[in-house]
Amino acid sequence: MVKISDVEWVENSLGRKVPRSIDGVELIPYKGPFAHRPVKDHKYGPKLGYVASEENEVVKTLGEAMEKIGLKDGMTISFHHHFRNGDHVMNMVLAEIERKGIKDLILAPSSTFPCQEEAIIRCIMNGTIKKVEGGSARGEFGRLVSSGRYLNQPMRIRSHGGRVRAIEAGDIHVDVAFIGAPSADELGNLNAINGPSACGTINFAYADAHFADHVIAVTDHLVEYPNFPMSIGQELVDYVVVVDKIGDPNKIASGELRITNSPTRLKIAKDAMRIADLLGYVKEGMSFQAGAGGISLAFTEFLHQRMKEKGVKAAWAQGGTTKFLVEMLLDGTVKKLITGQAFDVAAIHNMKENPKIHVDLPIGAYANIHGRGCTVNKLDIVVLGATEVDLDYNVNSVTMSNGIIAEPVGGHSDTAAGASLTILTVPLFRGRYPVVVDRVNTVVTPGENIDVVVTERGIAMNPRRIDLLEKLASVKIPRDMKITTIEDLQRQAYEITQTKVEPNWGDEIVALIEYRDGTIIDVVRNVEPRYYDDAVFAEKEEKDVERREN
Amino acid sequence: MRLRRSRLYVPGNNPKMIPPAGLYGADVISLDLEDSVPLEYKTDARMLVSEALKVIDFGPATEVTVRINPMSTPYGKWDIKQIVSEKLHGIYIPKVESREDVIQVDDIVTDLEEKKGLPIGRIKLFATLETAKGIINAYDIARCSKRLEALTIGGEDLTADLGGERSSTGTAINTARSMVLLAAKAAGIQAIDTVYSDFGDPEGLRKETEMIKTMGYDGKACIHPSQVEIIHSVFDPTPEQILYAVRVKMAIEEAKKKGSGAVALGAKMIDRPIVLKAERVLEIAKMADLDIPSPEEVTEMMQQKAKKSGGGDD
Repeated sequence: MVKISDVEWVENSLGRKVPRSIDGVELIPYKGPFAHRPVKDHKYGPKLGYVASEENEVVKTLGEAMEKIGLKDGMTISFHHHFRNGDHVMNMVLAEIERKGIKDLILAPSSTFPCQEEAIIRCIMNGTIKKVEGGSARGEFGRLVSSGRYLNQPMRIRSHGGRVRAIEAGDIHVDVAFIGAPSADELGNLNAINGPSACGTINFAYADAHFADHVIAVTDHLVEYPNFPMSIGQELVDYVVVVDKIGDPNKIASGELRITNSPTRLKIAKDAMRIADLLGYVKEGMSFQAGAGGISLAFTEFLHQRMKEKGVKAAWAQGGTTKFLVEMLLDGTVKKLITGQAFDVAAIHNMKENPKIHVDLPIGAYANIHGRGCTVNKLDIVVLGATEVDLDYNVNSVTMSNGIIAEPVGGHSDTAAGASLTILTVPLFRGRYPVVVDRVNTVVTPGENIDVVVTERGIAMNPRRIDLLEKLASVKIPRDMKITTIEDLQRQAYEITQTKVEPNWGDEIVALIEYRDGTIIDVVRNVEPRYYDDAVFAEKEEKDVERREN
Repeated sequence: MRLRRSRLYVPGNNPKMIPPAGLYGADVISLDLEDSVPLEYKTDARMLVSEALKVIDFGPATEVTVRINPMSTPYGKWDIKQIVSEKLHGIYIPKVESREDVIQVDDIVTDLEEKKGLPIGRIKLFATLETAKGIINAYDIARCSKRLEALTIGGEDLTADLGGERSSTGTAINTARSMVLLAAKAAGIQAIDTVYSDFGDPEGLRKETEMIKTMGYDGKACIHPSQVEIIHSVFDPTPEQILYAVRVKMAIEEAKKKGSGAVALGAKMIDRPIVLKAERVLEIAKMADLDIPSPEEVTEMMQQKAKKSGGGDD
């Protein structure tokens, strides 16, 4: 692993120290949300193909497909995460690779879920995987990365848009993309709205399909040629492997997402909606994005009510689509819906039912800063969560208060940069840990892009947004909404939790947080003692208490 | 008299729920030592609540009260002794059946205020009537103490005592609701209604709140923070009602200037009940921090309205 003493450090524009280079690869320090333009003139070019007229691309087993395209040691393999916690594809593929004894692969998924952790960890331990170009790492996998023990190179953590940028620029060179396809035909026309494992969209695989040297589709639903709609086309797919099951439908989509019952979370959601309304953003023709977390769902619901009260309609919304957005589409409160991921059954169903007003789009078109246009830039409002936010409004959405990697970036930094009003919704503290802190463990989204921080004990407005402050000064603020400063929120948080406990950082770099433009915004160090072995944080706490008392 | 549209119950034995209790905009919070606390936790809850009263800032607009245990149990007295302190605004006494139940609490509180050097009479009392006997004695109870600022009705216990059944129409307790209201108003104090226990049913809550507001009630208890806003939206005067109230006041001023005895607004005579109603509307609007247009703004609004509709008024 890379020791902090082995690299030369340079400060980026946020004052965070980042390495000049790692393993001979030069890194560019973060310079500002829109400051860095592409280094290369042209996109990376994948291999040309060849297909004879009589050829059928269906092969019987994964192993056969791997042999045909020549999967070998050291290659980079990629996966999409549309099957969420019901995915079978990555586990099947990794198991086959282990059987073949192929080693030192680079794993480059768009994201990972707990159902894959066991296989990923096993493959890292036995040398099948040597590096991870995430996506994200959660749970046990996150703890393994944070331990710094088993991977020799730092993980690259990217946003959704940043991953597409990296693929198009050739920063990630995908040798083989394994694409789980809910339906496919014999030449590899794929879509996600039909079949037992329908997940609505597979657009996280769109860039992989276009830029990988080889594409293997894995399906459990082979249909008569041609398969409509052709979400990912035959011209991109090398082989189609038919298996029994690519996923567990009950886990691919949540049956019934529920709004939080927590009064404080509900207050945060309501105040987020009210501040957007007070600032004039709830209006005819607006656009917004809110995710599927408890607060975000409640925000969507409160916004829905408010828009109906005011009689205004949104031109469009995008998600992380759930039944709450679908309901807005169905009653006309939202005119058009764009889905990056479908989170529940209602969303998947509606994508099939309403293709004229509910579409999916490639993630590059959603968030790639080095493309030629993306929807995040047209967003009026985005509502985001975080693990921490600090006095500079910098946001951490990847590491926990204890420094361990646990959450994905998702579209956090992409939407924050693009949206006109970025609202961060966070409780002031979680358990004994403050969420509003003096300095976040890890910067993922720069404070320049965070406009409002809404907590249950007050709302802080970023002083950089003079226009918003002026607007707010001209409206009457309800008595139960407290507008305050980020310093006041931080003071309240520390008063309640006593103080922020610094993570017990070690001296190795375990992850690089890449901003959406490819620059390095922060690094994550390992956490000592190595919790992956010690397993439970609570154990350490107990020991600490013992030590203090002795 | 204070604004007491909403009164939020907070379980007194729940350390997680007490600190944020002031965040939801409720006019009154009642840290509960009675029904939400199981017998074995009475002591813990009492300690927790008395500590919370010392250290937690529930916000400047919140009336902080404690619902003690009934005086018929030994806990009642112990509760009072521990909670009387600088930041306590009031005490809700459950299961009040006679004036003695209130006077007893009044005496203990006075005694404690003297001992602790607190201003005498600052801590208010609220009597909850939730038995048939209590309801019958309502007027007697309502007049028994200067500290008493409201009668409240306890729906669940009362229904049980009556042998009736809880229903969305409130059939079992509506007579009692009227009696409590009459007694409170006759004594010049407020009347506060019982909880609507299904917090998953906002429409039911709204209907019941509309009903008791129409009767004359001043507020309603809530068991979940999400109920606060609904209750406020029923009790708060609408912008139209506020506008009308300002115009009534303006018409009276105008008549005074002219030395005229009869006051008219448009083609309508303004009599005393209308004036009182207008004053009440403006008082609530002011306390609830709602927008009250100035006479100049009202004049302008009326002129614009006249222009739009091509003249005419009301």
